[in-house]
Amino acid sequence: MSDITATTPGVMSAEGKPRFYVEEHHPEHSTLLGFWIYLMSDCLIFASLFAVYAVLGRNYAGGPTGAELFDLTLVAINTAFLLLSSITYGFAMLASQRKDLKMTQIWLGITGLFGAAFLGLELYEFYHLWHVGATPQTSAFLSSFYTLVGTHGLHVTFGIIWLITLMVQLNRHGLIHENIRRMTCLSMFWHFLDVVWIGVFTFVYLMGVLP
Amino acid sequence: MTDHAHAHDDHGHHGHDDHADHGSLKSYTIGFILSVILTAIPFWLVMGNVFENSNTTAFIILGFAAVQIVVHMIYFLHMSNKAEGGWSMLSLIFTIIVVVIMLAGSIWVMYHLNHNMMPGMMHDASHSTHLPPGLPAGQSAPVPRP
Amino acid sequence: MQEHTNHLIFGRLGWDAIPTHEPILIVTFIAVVLGGMAMVGALTYFRLWGPLWRNWITSIDHKKIGIMYMILGLIMLMRGFADAIMMRLQQAVAFGDNLGYLNAHHYDQIFTAHGVIMIFFVAMPLVTGLMNYVVPLQIGARDVAFPFLNNFSFWMTTFGAVLIMVSLFIGEFAKTGWLAYPPLSGILGSPDVGVDYYIWALQVAGVGTTLSGINLIATIVKMRAPGMTMMKMPVFTWTSLCTNVLIVASFPILTAVITLLALDRFVGTNFFTNDLGGNAMMYVNLIWIWGHPEVYILILPCFGIFSEVVSTYCGKRLFGYTSMVYATVVITILSYLVWLHHFFTMGSGASVNSFFGITTMIISIPTGAKIFNWLFTMYRGRIRYELPMMWTIAFMITFVIGGMTGVMLAIPPADFVLHNSLFLIAHFHNVIIGGVLFGLFAGIYYWFPKAFGFKLDPFWGKCSFWFWVVGFYVAFMPLYVLGLMGVTRRMSHFDDPSLQIWFQIAAFGAVLIALGIGSMLIQFGVSFLKRDKLRDVTGDPWDGRTLEWSTSSPPPDYNFAFTPVVYENDSWYDMKKQGYERPLQGFTPIHMPKNTGAGFVISALSGLLGFFLVWQMWLLAGVTFATIVAAAIIHTFNYKRDYYIPAEEVNRTEEARTRLLEKHV
Repeated sequence: MSDITATTPGVMSAEGKPRFYVEEHHPEHSTLLGFWIYLMSDCLIFASLFAVYAVLGRNYAGGPTGAELFDLTLVAINTAFLLLSSITYGFAMLASQRKDLKMTQIWLGITGLFGAAFLGLELYEFYHLWHVGATPQTSAFLSSFYTLVGTHGLHVTFGIIWLITLMVQLNRHGLIHENIRRMTCLSMFWHFLDVVWIGVFTFVYLMGVLP
Repeated sequence: MTDHAHAHDDHGHHGHDDHADHGSLKSYTIGFILSVILTAIPFWLVMGNVFENSNTTAFIILGFAAVQIVVHMIYFLHMSNKAEGGWSMLSLIFTIIVVVIMLAGSIWVMYHLNHNMMPGMMHDASHSTHLPPGLPAGQSAPVPRP
Repeated sequence: MQEHTNHLIFGRLGWDAIPTHEPILIVTFIAVVLGGMAMVGALTYFRLWGPLWRNWITSIDHKKIGIMYMILGLIMLMRGFADAIMMRLQQAVAFGDNLGYLNAHHYDQIFTAHGVIMIFFVAMPLVTGLMNYVVPLQIGARDVAFPFLNNFSFWMTTFGAVLIMVSLFIGEFAKTGWLAYPPLSGILGSPDVGVDYYIWALQVAGVGTTLSGINLIATIVKMRAPGMTMMKMPVFTWTSLCTNVLIVASFPILTAVITLLALDRFVGTNFFTNDLGGNAMMYVNLIWIWGHPEVYILILPCFGIFSEVVSTYCGKRLFGYTSMVYATVVITILSYLVWLHHFFTMGSGASVNSFFGITTMIISIPTGAKIFNWLFTMYRGRIRYELPMMWTIAFMITFVIGGMTGVMLAIPPADFVLHNSLFLIAHFHNVIIGGVLFGLFAGIYYWFPKAFGFKLDPFWGKCSFWFWVVGFYVAFMPLYVLGLMGVTRRMSHFDDPSLQIWFQIAAFGAVLIALGIGSMLIQFGVSFLKRDKLRDVTGDPWDGRTLEWSTSSPPPDYNFAFTPVVYENDSWYDMKKQGYERPLQGFTPIHMPKNTGAGFVISALSGLLGFFLVWQMWLLAGVTFATIVAAAIIHTFNYKRDYYIPAEEVNRTEEARTRLLEKHV
């Protein structure tokens, strides 16, 4: 914040004495910074779960290992879904800047579909693992796996609920200031989830199958 | 919480938001293509068993992950040291420092605790290179089973 | 079928959850019911329900929320202290054949509740309350960045406290100590509901705390008055900023860890179990990565309070402002590098222990720098020995002693003897009471006139002071002795009669502290009755130096009719020196946020959800959760959250103040 000096307009009164107040003051909007800081706190929740996975992730307790369980093709497809959803959200943001409500909604909808596809595939993976006896209760490795990946999936779920809510609100009120701010927050949230996923597919899946 | 004189946003312009960088078609596309490349290579390295030494593979894919995260930050999240008057970057750096301390610290501490207090159990994270003879891979300390 | 439905609805809850066989609880329950009925009766008789809802419960005004936090903290102080008195009494008598009046089952819940309540529901709310009240005023803002979130944060904290209180009468509390280490806190070690109450109370309150942290960071970063650069902020604002950074960067870890504990208990995962690959030390490791920053969260605001108090009552600019800021930031960062000193004895070995021992010793240095800065501020100042200054001097002596015993504990070989002994208990009470509590008392006395328009009675304040300070030393110095003799913490019975005299002295100290608390309560009452005599008319009763003292006492809803402009540190002092004249006209309408009940409703539902999860009433839990999500979504459909205070009203308020000031002169 720059220093106010006696030469800043509006500060000197008519008699040349410094004035200690301004008549019009609009503080900067804090929402985007506030949301970013929230994302930093969310980052730390994931960091805790990554730390747990780092420490307990090789404790197989005689049960199945990552190499035996992980289907990397499925993970690759899921990664593609999430990455595509990131760029479609980017397109939605660009459309909103052009004030094109229709394209905004379309791109948001496609983002949501990719997100749902991601979740669906992940649920399928979990179902399959459960079915072959690899449950969260089997070992500390699996407890950490399900919790870390599951927490990410829960975040995606909330993101989709938020997305749908926002689409309804856009329908109602259009691309007003408040809605653009909300879209920007969701944009940060969505990309953040993709960043976490980079950590997940690298640290959990790819490294998990390495001996 | 900075102690050095930042060039913060001038409080002189009232009434409108920070003009954050909102990206463009070009920047999103570049980010996307870079991410695809940075994803495909690690998958290929692991699925194709390219390196014999799994430690090498691990280091490399972690490196790729770090780079891709930076790509996401710049091209998708529009991270810069101008965003929010530098506070976005500062809070990100602080968070990263805490994350690194947490991860490195936990791994270091738990490794030592396990090493000293759980003889026979030599596994943690991806750094297990010693296997006591007779114990199959992945076995934790022998536990009486009912 | 009937049984299945019953189980689905009521979970583990049954009539046996009510502790009818515990006379102490029965008496407490009766007292609570009678007190509650009296309060409800009074509210109804004086028709205060409407004003209570409109002006307090739904208020998004940081000043009201700050006051409510203080009330919450002080009420929970009574509960936490009751636990303390009970423990002192038990330990004073339970020797040899005398088993005391508390069995281990009960005693263990008391020391657990004592710790949980004092840290999470006394110290944190009191610290948060002061930061909430003071920071926007100090930076020349009208409110915090997110006023609705502020209200929501308060109610989440409160309903967390409610869950703890409910555990007294329905079910029981944890018996694990305030950090609930597994495997004792796992489902095998504690199959009862106690640990579940612990988990869900902290999860609910934790959401409130984390959001409050985000709120205050955004406020301090974004809403400072024009001209107030970072290095022109008051020191209390600096320490608040660092505190809230610590909150945001540490509470998520607590959230994650106790979620994992909950998963172990509810779902059968193996994070911290003894078998199937679990590792209980990972819990200890992670929870102290949170736990150490937590204690700095408690003390940093108090360091800020002392800085304000010392400069005000010595009539001098704070010595070494820059080094104070640096010291605070260094403490913030270093607090992440010391956590292992809480479990030196768990076998991490010499290299790890040495590292953390050294970092622990290093972190005491910036605090030492602060003490010198306060002393140098006092040197050649015109010291006024008002109560906050007395608390400050008591703090400096007491906290330094506590800090020194901390450095002793930082030496791993010494810690192997002293860990989990009464020496440790004496150390942390030394720094928390001497640092946090004395700081809070100083801050309450200092800012009370700002909040309520009249000062606190000094006589009863001095009684409280002397009872507290003498009582603290009498209560805790014996514990240092006992710790050095090898006595372990958390024991409800002893066999060695030579120890008893020390416990009896400590119990007497606790009685003195009780008198200190009693004096404080009397002080509040007497001050209220004598408020006309103690009235603060100018808004600046102490000849203060920072912007909050430029407003009336109490400030109007909008805080400042015009946003102040800042040129120097100690900006109010600068304004007074330069012959500042209050603007008397030209007021414009002021943009303000509206009150809302959404925060209270969602928090109440969250508290209810916690209760249902504790008792495994899954159906109701699911329904409540869905309701919370729905309520939150519905709230986002409300786009009309603000209004304007018309210029005429601002005019009237300011004119009233002008008249008051003229009368006083």
